[in-house]
Amino acid sequence: MSNVRETRGTGGRGNCPAFAPTLPPVPTLHLPRVAHRGSGNRRRTLATFIIAVLLLVAVVAVGRLLATSNPFAAAPTTAPAALATDFTAKNLPPSLSHPFGTDWMGRDMFARTLAGLATSVFVGLLAAGASAALALILGTIAALGGRRADAVITWLIDLMLGIPHIVLLILISFAIGKGFWGVAIGVALTHWPNLARVIRAEILQCRESVFIAQARRFGASPLRIVRDHVFPHVFPQFLVGLVLLFPHAILHEAAITFLGFGLPPEQPAIGIILSESMTYLSAGYWWLALFPGIALIATVLLFDRAGSNLRRLIDPYRSQE
Amino acid sequence: MLRFIGGQLFKLIMLMVAVSMVSFVLVSLSPIDPVQMNVGQVAYLNMSEVKRAQLAEYWGVNTPVWERYLHWAQSALQGDLGMSLRYNAPVTQVIATRFANSAALMATAWLLSGVFGLLMGIAAAVRRGGWLDRFIKGYSFLLASVPTFWLALVFLIVFSVWLGLFPLGFSVPIGVSPADVTIAQSLHHLVLPALTLSVVGVANVALHTREKTIDVLQSDYVRFARTRGESTASIIWRHGLRNLALPALTLQFASISEIFGGSVLVEQVFSYPGLGQAAVTAGLGGDAALLVGITLISAATVFSGNLIANLLYRVIDPRLRPTPRGMSGRFLSKTAGAAHE
Repeated sequence: MSNVRETRGTGGRGNCPAFAPTLPPVPTLHLPRVAHRGSGNRRRTLATFIIAVLLLVAVVAVGRLLATSNPFAAAPTTAPAALATDFTAKNLPPSLSHPFGTDWMGRDMFARTLAGLATSVFVGLLAAGASAALALILGTIAALGGRRADAVITWLIDLMLGIPHIVLLILISFAIGKGFWGVAIGVALTHWPNLARVIRAEILQCRESVFIAQARRFGASPLRIVRDHVFPHVFPQFLVGLVLLFPHAILHEAAITFLGFGLPPEQPAIGIILSESMTYLSAGYWWLALFPGIALIATVLLFDRAGSNLRRLIDPYRSQE
Repeated sequence: MLRFIGGQLFKLIMLMVAVSMVSFVLVSLSPIDPVQMNVGQVAYLNMSEVKRAQLAEYWGVNTPVWERYLHWAQSALQGDLGMSLRYNAPVTQVIATRFANSAALMATAWLLSGVFGLLMGIAAAVRRGGWLDRFIKGYSFLLASVPTFWLALVFLIVFSVWLGLFPLGFSVPIGVSPADVTIAQSLHHLVLPALTLSVVGVANVALHTREKTIDVLQSDYVRFARTRGESTASIIWRHGLRNLALPALTLQFASISEIFGGSVLVEQVFSYPGLGQAAVTAGLGGDAALLVGITLISAATVFSGNLIANLLYRVIDPRLRPTPRGMSGRFLSKTAGAAHE
C-alpha cells in the first residue's frame, strides 16, 4: 500500500518510470469472459439440444403409453401399467423386475413415475406456452401501447412479483378449483411477469433503433412495424424464455399437486406420488420418494439443458462461448 | 428522507389495497359453497330450507363482491380480518402465532443461505475454471432443479428415519405442553426444516454472486490492484466486497419471496406449525378469511424486504445518499477513493 502512495507522490502521471519495468511486454487488454475448453463447438451445442429434446419426447411417449395401456401384461384387458395393482407384490424394494420398487397397492413405481412425468411435462408445456404468449402480448403492449398501458402493466408485474409464488398459486387454485385445469391455469397465470419484463425492456431498446425510425418515416403502419421489425427482434429472447419457463412450470405443478391443490389422486402425477409416499416414510419405504424425485429432477435438468443450449445457439452475445 | 418514507408508505398502502382486492375477488370466485363448507356436509343435508337461507344471508352469498369487500375492508382497517374457520380464532391471532414460528425458520434459512451463498460464489469466481468452481457451479445448477419438498423428504428419510438424529416433524415434542418446551427442543425441531431451506436457497445466491464477482475481477481497478502486487485475498477484501455489497443485498432481500414460498412446502413436509402450513390448511379447507390474511402478510413481508434493501443501499453507498449540494464532487472523490484505496 505504502509504496503505491509513494509512486503516486513522486512519479508523474504521464511518465511513470517506476512502473515500466514491471509491466508485461504485451499488456492484456481483453480477457475472454469464458475460457475456451472445447465448449465453443456449435455443432456439439446443437447436438446436446436435440438429444435433450428427443429424450423428453421419449419420456412423454413412454409415459403416455404406460398410462393408457399395458404392453407387458399377458391379457390385453388388464388395467394400464401405471395403474395395475398386484397385491401379491406390494411394498417391494427396487429389484430387476421393479426398478423403482412397488407401492402399497403393488403398483409398479417405474411405470407410475413415467406416467406421472408425462402428465407433468404436458402440464408444463401447456402452462409455459400460455404463460410465454401472455408475456409476449403484455410486454409488447407495455412497450408500445403508450404511457398509461405501460404504467398499468408494470404495476401488475410488480403486484404479481410481490406475492410469493406458491401463495399466489394456492389463491388461484382456490378460485378455479382443483384438477387439471386449475393447475394449468394457475401456473400459466403466475409465470409471465419475469419474461414480460425482459420482452418489454427488449422492445423499448429496439423501439429507439434507427431501423424502426426509418420504417416509420417510410410510412409503415404500427402493426406492420410490430410484425416485421419488432417481433423478429425479440423472437430469440421469447423462445429462450419459453424453454426456460418449462422447468419452473413443472416444478411448481409438482409442488402445488404435492400440497393437495393440483391434480386429483387418481391421475398419475409426481406430486401425488410424493405426497402419498409421505405416509410410508416412517415405515422405511424410501424408494417411494427417492426415485420419482430423481426422475423429476432429471426431467427438469433436461429442459434446462435444452434451454441453455438453445440460448447459446441463438444469442449472438453468447454464441462464441 | 421524509419524502422517501412518505412515498414508500403510500406504495405500501396501494399494494395492500391491491393485494387485498385481488385476493378477495379470487377467493370469492371459488366454486366452494360457503354455507356448505362452513356447516359441514352432514349438517347441510339435515338442515331446513329456512335455516340454509339464513346462513346464506349470514355468509353474504347473495351480496355482490364489492359490497362484501367494503365490509371486510372497513373492519380490516380496525384490525379485524375476520374469523378463521379452521382454527376457530380471529385471523390476526392465528397469523401472529404462526408468523412467530415461521419467522424463526425463515430467518435462520435466510441468513444461512445468504452467508454461505456469498462465500461460495466468491470462492467459485476466484478459482474460476478450477475444481472448486466446477463443484460449486454443478451443485448450484443441480440444486436449482431440485424440488424443495422432495429434498425435505430425502432429509427426513436420511436424518430422521435412518439415523434418528432429528424428530419426524412438528415444532415441539409430542405430548409436551407448549409452556414446558425448552429452547433446545425448539431448536432441535428447527434444524432439519431450516437446513432444507438453506441448502436449496444457497444455489441461487452462489450463482449470482459468482457472476458479479467475475465482473468485478475483470474490472480495471482490480487489474490496477494486481499490477500493484496486491494479493487476491486483499483484492477481494478491499475491492471485491465493497462492489459486491449492493448486488448481494438486492439478491438477499429479493430472496425473501423465494424463502417464503419454500417454507410453505417445507412446513407441510415437516408438519411445522407455521404460516405456510396454515396457508395450505386454509386453501384446502375453504378458509377464505385466513387465506386473504396470509396473502396480505406475505405481500407485506416481501415489500418490507425490498424496502429494507433500499434503505441499506443508502447506508452502504454514500453515492445514493441524497445530498443537497456538492453531489457531483462527492461522487467523484468516492469512486476514485474506492478504486485507489
